[in-house]
Order: sequence, then structure tokens, then C-alpha cells
Amino acid sequence: MLYLPIILLIIFSFNNSTTLVFPLKGFTLQWYGQLFANRELLNAVGNSLIVGVGSSLAATILGTMGAIAMVRFRLPGRSVFLGVAALPLVIPYVILGVSLLVLFNEVGIKLSAFAAGLAHVIISMPYALLIVASRLVGFPDNLEEAAMDLGASYWGALLRVTIPICSPALLAAFLICFTMSFDEYAIASFLVGTDATLPVYLYSQLRFPTRLPMVVSLAAILMTITMAVMLFSEWLRRADHTSARKA
Amino acid sequence: MEKRSRFASLIGPPGLYLFLFFILPMGVMFVYSFRAGISGTAHDTFTLGNYQSFLANSNFHRLLWRSSFISLTISVLSTLLAYPLAYYLVFRAGPNRVTLMTLLIIPTWTSYLLRIFSWKLILGSSGVLNSLLISLGLIEKASPILIYSRGAVIVTLIYVWVPFVALPIFAALERIDKNLLEAAADLGCPAWEAFLRITLPLSLPGILAGFFFALIPTLGEFVTPLLVGGASGSMYGNLIQDQFMRALNWPMGSVMSMAMLLAVLLLVFILTRLGSLTDLVGF
Repeated sequence: MLYLPIILLIIFSFNNSTTLVFPLKGFTLQWYGQLFANRELLNAVGNSLIVGVGSSLAATILGTMGAIAMVRFRLPGRSVFLGVAALPLVIPYVILGVSLLVLFNEVGIKLSAFAAGLAHVIISMPYALLIVASRLVGFPDNLEEAAMDLGASYWGALLRVTIPICSPALLAAFLICFTMSFDEYAIASFLVGTDATLPVYLYSQLRFPTRLPMVVSLAAILMTITMAVMLFSEWLRRADHTSARKA
Repeated sequence: MEKRSRFASLIGPPGLYLFLFFILPMGVMFVYSFRAGISGTAHDTFTLGNYQSFLANSNFHRLLWRSSFISLTISVLSTLLAYPLAYYLVFRAGPNRVTLMTLLIIPTWTSYLLRIFSWKLILGSSGVLNSLLISLGLIEKASPILIYSRGAVIVTLIYVWVPFVALPIFAALERIDKNLLEAAADLGCPAWEAFLRITLPLSLPGILAGFFFALIPTLGEFVTPLLVGGASGSMYGNLIQDQFMRALNWPMGSVMSMAMLLAVLLLVFILTRLGSLTDLVGF
């Protein structure tokens, strides 16, 4: 049932008809051909890739710092930080979007793909923090202490011991943040200005019935890619947990 | 002392970022909700008028109640559907249950917009469901009630939220010590009573978490109503979006957002009273 709408989209992307009705007419690849000839679309894909990579890198780095602080230290400020950092998980996106719109307007930041990227860091950081934190809980901090006993500085120990051990979790966090940003419409719709990201472009195309088959084939490609990325990052996390348990 | 400075330097950058792009915008929006307008002298005039007209406008209230009702319906139905699903996975699916749960979650990570849109294709007047029903001879002509209605919004959002609701219920059911159920059976307790007196109470934190996970974001939903809701299915989130993107009445939009923010924070507060936040996030 959950996969049904997705499967339907994929089936229709090969259907030789401009309307999406049963029975199917015939097999065609022409909608896929149209995709790769579309400038605007390719621009939107480019914007989304830049926003996605940039915001997930920032979110993963900031989230990892937060995760280390949360798991390794029990100092005052911990619960306040955790509360604030987790809050974007439950605040409706429309509020995040309009509040940043107001802020950017007030301080004179131009609406752009960059502005949307700044917002995406906020929504994906909690995910990065939770993923990395759950990995950090899994191994004791005496490895860091050992490295420091052997002469490493604290930051050296973090960079050369902790971070490498967490690297599968870091990659998984990055991929999940990327998927979130790449897919995010609600906030981006307020902030991108004229640099449409892929979801914003896609939404603008949904109004034109003649573009429908193209949109559907685009949807089929996107869903296949994101599902593959998600399966990979889930596998990565799982394999990492199993190896951690063995060791 | 050393520990403190390390903690501070780790927490500083993410903390600063959260302040600049999460807390500060909320603050600026709060200030905005008192402005008389967005440009010129109106921008610098502060007034309570926005709040007054918000409280006086019965249209807003109607939409607010209607969309709260829609959100509540969605979260109740999602929880009712997700519970048996999670129950089946934990107690009947055996060793593959985590894999099955993952399979359940994976589609939720694919394009939100497209998943909503695919429901438009299914429910639309020349859509899959209608054409299927016609070709099967069950109905004569396309039924218009399937799309652009409150029902369409509810069905679509339930589809979106069931897996998210199932996740915390799944986790709560997994934590239940199966020996308790065995002990109950040994003592002659029938299965349904064991369910009512052991399984259900112990899974209550998961049920509550799942319920709120669906309730809070759907309160602010505006994309789904735009795509499948039509006029009768529009929600409070659409009202806010309208104020900012079309009516360009930003101060009024800010008032509406503050009202929603307040409601959401209240719900989050209730949730954290009901169970520890750290229990929910898992560490």
C-alpha cells in the first residue's frame, strides 16, 4: 500500500499517453528524453545539488560537534541545547519558512538558493546530531583518553580517533541531511527567490497538464535515486552497528 | 575548567547557528507581529491592531478550528492504523521485523511533493482510481468527491504519517519484556486481557509520541491542501502562506504564525510532561 503510489508513478512514466489513465497505451522513453533537453530543469537540479551538499555538510559538522558535546559531557547547558536543537523537528515548516523570510528581509539578505540552504541546515542538523550521538553512545571515551595519554591533544584525539570511528555514521548523517534538503519544498518555496530548487521547479510544473508526463518521469527517477540513497545509508548504519557490537 | 572550555567550543558553533537562524527569526517575527505595515512609516509604527483584528476575525477562527479538526482526525486515524501495523511487526513478523520496519520507513524519505502528487493522480477526476472504477463498470462517470475535498487531504496525510507514527509505537512494543506476557498466560490470563492490561499500557508512551508526531506537523501543513484540498480542504497553514506570499500582509501573517507557534509549543510541553524527551530521542 505504501509503495503503490510510487509504483504507479514509475509505470506511468513509460506510458505512451499524455494523460494518466488506465488502460495503459504503450511503452515509450520519450518523456525521459524531454527531461534531459530541459534547461530550466537542469538549472533547478544544479541549484538543488549545491544547496543539498552545502547544507548537509554544514549540518553534519555542526550536528557532530553538538553530538560530541551532548554524549561526552554532562555540564550545565546540555539540556537547554538539546531542547533547542531538537525543536526544529516539531516546528511546522511554514513557521520556519516565514520567520526566516521576515529575518532575511529585515537584515537585507537577498532571497536565493543560498538563503534556502541556510534554513535547510536548521532542519537537518537535529537528524545529524541524533545519528552521530547514537554512534558515540556505542563506544566508550577511553579510546580518546588513550590517544591523549599517548600525547595527542584533545582536538587531535577527536579528529584522529573519534571522527574516523564515527565515519560511517557521519556519512549516513550526511546522506540523510542531503535527502531532506534535496526534497524540501515548504521552506524553500518562501526563500529561494528566483533560483528555483528542484522541488520548487517541480511544483511550478504541476499546474500544467501537458508537462505531466515529463514530471512523472522525473518523479520516477528521483524516487528511485532517493530510495537507493536511503537504503545505502541505512545499510551503512546497520553494518556499522553490527561491527561495533562484535568489537 | 578544561572540560568546560572544550564543551563550550563544541557547543558554540551549533549553538550560535541555532540562535541566528532559528531563535532570532522567531524573535524578529514576534516584533513584526506588532508592526502596522511592511514599509515606510507603517513599518516603524507599533500597534496591537493586528492581534485585535486576528481575534475579531471569525473567518480565521473557523479555519483554525477546521484545520485543528483535520489534524486531530489525521493523527487519531494514523495512530489507529499504525498500532496494529507495529504490533504485527513486533509480535508476528519474527526476526525480519527491523528490516520490515525499515522498508516501511524508506518511502517516507522519497519526495514528499511527489508522494502527495501521486495521490492527486490516484484521486483526480481523470485519475487512476476513477478510471479504474469506470473500466471495472462500478461507476458511470468520474466521481468528483475524490479530490479537492477535506477527505482527500485526510487520506493523503494519513498515508504520509502512518509510518512515522508506527516508528515510536514499534520502539515501545520492542521494549516490552515478552516474559511478562508468558507469565500472564501461565497464570491463566486470556490473550485479550493480557493485551489490555500489559501490552497496551506499556506501549502508551509510544502511542502518545506517535500521535503528537503526526498532530504537530499537520497543524502547519499547507502543501497538501494546495495540491489535493481545493477550497474546502484548505488549512490554517494556507492562511499563513497567503498572508506572506499573496496578501503581503506580513504583520498579520506574523500574528497567525505566533498563534500557531504558541499552540505547537504548548503541545510539545504537554508531550514532554507525559514522557521524558530523552526517552523519545533515544539517548
